[in-house]
Amino acid sequence: MSDLQYRTIVGLEIHVHLATRTKMFCGCEMAYGVRPNSRVCPVCMGMPGVLPVMNKQAFEYAVLTALALNCSIPSFTKWDRKSYYYPDLPKNYQISQYDLPMSENGFIDIPLESGQVKRIGIIRAHLEEDAGKNTHTLGNFSAVDLNRTGSPLLEIVTEPDMSSPDEVRALAVELQRIVRYLGVSEGDMQKGHMRFEPNINLAITKDGQEYRTPIAEIKNLNSFRALERSVAYETARQLDEFTDRGITMQMGNKSTRGWDDDNQCTVLQREKEEAHDYRYFPDPDLVPVEMDDEWLSRIRADLCEMPIQKQNRFVSEFALSEYDAGVLTQIRSTAELFEQAVALGADPKKACNIITQNFQKIANEKGCTVCELGITPEKIVEMTNMVTIGQISSTSVSSIAVLSVANLSKTLREIAVEHNLIQTSDAGEIEALVDQVIADNPAAVEDVTSGGKKSKKARGFLLGQVMQRSKGQANPKIVAQILAKKLS
Amino acid sequence: MSIQDYSAKQLRDAIASGAVTSVAATAAIFQQIDKLQPSVGAYITTFKDRALASAGEVDRKIAAGEPVGPLAGVPIAIKDNMCTDFGPTTCASKVLESFSAPYNAHVVEQLTAADAVIVGKANMDEFAMGSSTENSGLQKTVNPWDATRVPGGSSGGSAAAVAAKMCYGALGSDTGGSIRQPAGFCGVVGLKPTYGRVSRYGLVAFGSSLDQIGPMTADVTDAALMLNVIAGHDERDSTSLGPDIAPACDYLADIDKPVEGLKIAVATRFNALADEQVQAAIAQALDVYTKLGAEIVEVDMPHFDYAVAAYYVIATAEASSNLARYDGVHYGHRTEKPNDYVEVYSKSREEAFGQEVKRRIMLGTYALSSGYYDAYYLKALKVRNLIRGDFTSVFEKADCIVMPVSPTTAFKIGEKTADPLQMYVADIYTIAANLAGIPGISIPAGFDNDNLPIGLQILTPAFTEAKLLRIAKMLENQTNHHKKHPE
Ligand SMILES: [Zn+2]
Repeated sequence: MSDLQYRTIVGLEIHVHLATRTKMFCGCEMAYGVRPNSRVCPVCMGMPGVLPVMNKQAFEYAVLTALALNCSIPSFTKWDRKSYYYPDLPKNYQISQYDLPMSENGFIDIPLESGQVKRIGIIRAHLEEDAGKNTHTLGNFSAVDLNRTGSPLLEIVTEPDMSSPDEVRALAVELQRIVRYLGVSEGDMQKGHMRFEPNINLAITKDGQEYRTPIAEIKNLNSFRALERSVAYETARQLDEFTDRGITMQMGNKSTRGWDDDNQCTVLQREKEEAHDYRYFPDPDLVPVEMDDEWLSRIRADLCEMPIQKQNRFVSEFALSEYDAGVLTQIRSTAELFEQAVALGADPKKACNIITQNFQKIANEKGCTVCELGITPEKIVEMTNMVTIGQISSTSVSSIAVLSVANLSKTLREIAVEHNLIQTSDAGEIEALVDQVIADNPAAVEDVTSGGKKSKKARGFLLGQVMQRSKGQANPKIVAQILAKKLS
Repeated sequence: MSIQDYSAKQLRDAIASGAVTSVAATAAIFQQIDKLQPSVGAYITTFKDRALASAGEVDRKIAAGEPVGPLAGVPIAIKDNMCTDFGPTTCASKVLESFSAPYNAHVVEQLTAADAVIVGKANMDEFAMGSSTENSGLQKTVNPWDATRVPGGSSGGSAAAVAAKMCYGALGSDTGGSIRQPAGFCGVVGLKPTYGRVSRYGLVAFGSSLDQIGPMTADVTDAALMLNVIAGHDERDSTSLGPDIAPACDYLADIDKPVEGLKIAVATRFNALADEQVQAAIAQALDVYTKLGAEIVEVDMPHFDYAVAAYYVIATAEASSNLARYDGVHYGHRTEKPNDYVEVYSKSREEAFGQEVKRRIMLGTYALSSGYYDAYYLKALKVRNLIRGDFTSVFEKADCIVMPVSPTTAFKIGEKTADPLQMYVADIYTIAANLAGIPGISIPAGFDNDNLPIGLQILTPAFTEAKLLRIAKMLENQTNHHKKHPE
């Protein structure tokens, strides 16, 4: 074991649910959590004689996402049938794309904990239709719900460029941020809008020799946590399997595993890579899609600055920390709110704090975005200005934030005045209070002036007394200044 | 002339003018159906009450002076692979014996909008797979000219219904000759339009890149009349031709205008594969054209020898996928007591599909399997392109090509069922048009010594149905074959 080194190799397949109004090949409206089989028609039910018609919006969303992933978009792409029998697939074939996908050869830059960025290759992204849902818990029969059948899915396949659970998670999170930025998907994990399938194995160097462990594919992960943990688990498991039994990659010993969330482990589903023959062939019911420059540039016009670029720019342009910039750029509208506020004269650092520490908290509680709270750039500017000139204390910022959301029609100043949250910066008024406190607390004054180890604590005590007498409305910075002058 | 002897066009005009009623014509049709259905077996389902009600509605409209459609009051049959939201849609298969479609096919909507009266759904080979209608899982149909012979297929029920005057016109579907060959066997006119001319929405798929719906009628004018009704763009079919490629056209407008300076291509080597009596009938027809001033151009179709092989790879490959949905899970026949979910599939399919359908599903599955795809499916697609090329060079030299519809006249029931290959090879003249997507028509061209009809086939370039119909009409005007009827 002494000279054993290993490297984890992970590639990801990601299915992203596109947020079109209707399904991929029929006019059924997409809906989540509605009565089973209430969003179906003869086409998505695979009735005899029906024909698919491509949803152009879905295709454009797919192209937009592929452009954001720096993929090239071929001028010609076609649809293929992928055949397999399963009750949630009414035609017993899935309309997908096989050898000529709508995009290929891209990359995604993912932010790492270290503050650095890693570039992960994208092999391809293609469009396909989703299957329905089988339920086996209703009795001695299974039930099939076809509401989801035919929903547009974008399948993204990365290069095996990731080498840790952290990186895998970072990619997933970054991709979620991107699809949300583009507005092509809600990226809601709970609703299955993003599903992940990592392919994992290890490159092991032992006694100067290089080994590879068999690739395991983990199916259908729908949370970042499960994704991260399954990769970590699989890394350890494969390392054990190698050290205990010396198992290495052979022809056909790729396995398929599932994630057992209760026991936090992966479970073997298929030992050998089954000779899956999907009998792909071009779907004769659909015509190939030809993408001309004009159409492509129209779609390209909808591209926005990508979250990671925005994040980096916020760091360099506004001197925000990597962390703050990350939080701020999580949601596109929030990042834009920040930028607009700064453009209107807000102090970037303060605007960032107000948004991320106050409004974001309220938004999270309400399950919406900051913009959806009704907060405008002007409000952020007003708030930062009040803090800058010392009109309000940093502690009252959060109260004002809460109150302002409940009273959108009032200015922040009106709210602050109404609730006695305007702080005093009048040196004369404060000096009078300081004098009173010094007179009333000779012992503490003694501690400060003697400069002993109690000095710091006593100074804090006196400051607290002044604040108390001002009912919290004195500007603590000015109190401290006056106090220091009097006691020096 | 009795009402039975009217063509669809004549009946429509008589009804529209108030000379006869649709109810009378429809009642006459049902008298004929009652008389002949037991022996001919053309229909799987008939809609007497519904048909008489629609006929009554047309008569009411006419009496009230309301405008009526181009098939007003005309009793029409449709092949049972076109979905109707009334009655079953069986495809002559036990799989769909009890299946009722929740929607109407595009052509059914078109017929209804044209005020046609739908009398029933005609028998066919199961899922349109066959050339004799013997593969129907539900019903036997015989040739009205000789009850010991097949009506052809797969649209054998439609052809028999037209020939036996059990309707005034019918819709068939043609994947490899399924309109033209039964039309030839039964002595009626059968038109396969250009691929994409008629929407396939609601046509139960067999070979999606080959299937096309078309009219089967007593004469060429009726074929033009019915094509007027069913042709046109439909957004629900992505392969339906848009008005930019195939503009709407009135096929009746110039139907009687002969094609000036007509050049007819003939591939003698190829025609020689047919029976002598069939060859003689074709020669006679060519003489008629020559007398009308046409020029005969000898051509070769170098890749036709591979057409049957290519066709049976492509059609079965597509069929194997199209028929995957009949699994007993969502609708159609389901096995009684499956042991697990895999048996729901395997037993349901084993029990309900007929032999020929199973054979083709297996052929197609094999052709698409990994390791065989390139050798079969891909190669067949290459042949398909070569055949398209053959036609392109033929049509550079001539307006049309004339050939037999099939090598023989109607064969005996049971004669070829034991040898599927022999049955496949008999499709030699019809399948090339499907591979190339071009229109073709089968028209009566005489009778053999057994008094069985002989069909003549004319093929023209894509989108030229108007010209095709005019060329066919030139021959029909000079002959009386179409006026002869069985019995
Ligand atoms: Zn639908």
